Amino acid sequence: MSWVDYLDWIVFLTLLAVGYFAGRAAESRHFASIRKREKELAKVLAFATKYPPAAHLPQQVRLVSGSAVVGSDYFKQFVASLRTLIGGRMKSYESLLDRARREAILRMKEEARRHGYRLVVNVKIESSNITGGNRGGLPAVEAFAYGTALKPVAPAEPDRAV
Amino acid sequence: MSNPFDEKSTGLTISNLEILPGKRVKSHLGVVQGSTVRAKHAGKDILAGLKNIVGGELKGYTELLQEAREEATERMVQQAKSVGANAILNVRYTTTSITMGAAEILAYGTAVILE
Repeated sequence: MSWVDYLDWIVFLTLLAVGYFAGRAAESRHFASIRKREKELAKVLAFATKYPPAAHLPQQVRLVSGSAVVGSDYFKQFVASLRTLIGGRMKSYESLLDRARREAILRMKEEARRHGYRLVVNVKIESSNITGGNRGGLPAVEAFAYGTALKPVAPAEPDRAV
Repeated sequence: MSNPFDEKSTGLTISNLEILPGKRVKSHLGVVQGSTVRAKHAGKDILAGLKNIVGGELKGYTELLQEAREEATERMVQQAKSVGANAILNVRYTTTSITMGAAEILAYGTAVILE
């Protein structure tokens, strides 16, 4: 018996180890960046409500959106495949969806801020499995957030064309 | 392609609100929609496959879907313009994955004339 007989196992365990360490590092980095930017963008308000405050004032509107596709790592996939045997909470994929959604909302807020808006209403969040395959497809989720950004019409241009 | 979300370049207001504050709807012109089906690039797919070992954002896909949404919105805007609308309200987006590696993006809303 030589090490070649164990090649499959070596490859599998290497991928698992790479997935575990690289995936965890990437995830904690991403969460740190999300938390930091969430604080920075706390002044851009986002609501799921349909009715904007002060609805009687004319407002300038813009549809703003943000999206993120986040892929899972090899370790998460392995853990998830074990989890499907016994059922229950798939924590490894929960964090994936959480990251994708928060990132999408942040990008939406960033777009709003870039155009000078401080308020986004009627925020909708949609997530989809873009790779489409339960079997064979790469496990990746897309989160897409969109909403209407509002700001009062600037007094300098009162007769802005609608 | 001009940015379909930019009111100044298209002359058309897009919003996912049903009622815009301070604006009155003069007439409804019905539903307008735009869609596009996009497939992934094989090269990007291979890169994504590698990325799936270490995890993290698949930037190629994010951009792909972003472009697809812009395209769908652009088509919706064109349709709204052709019926003479100056705004699209209650805009919704849906994503359907048709087969493995292809997705349809649909944008739809109500074309209206605002006062």
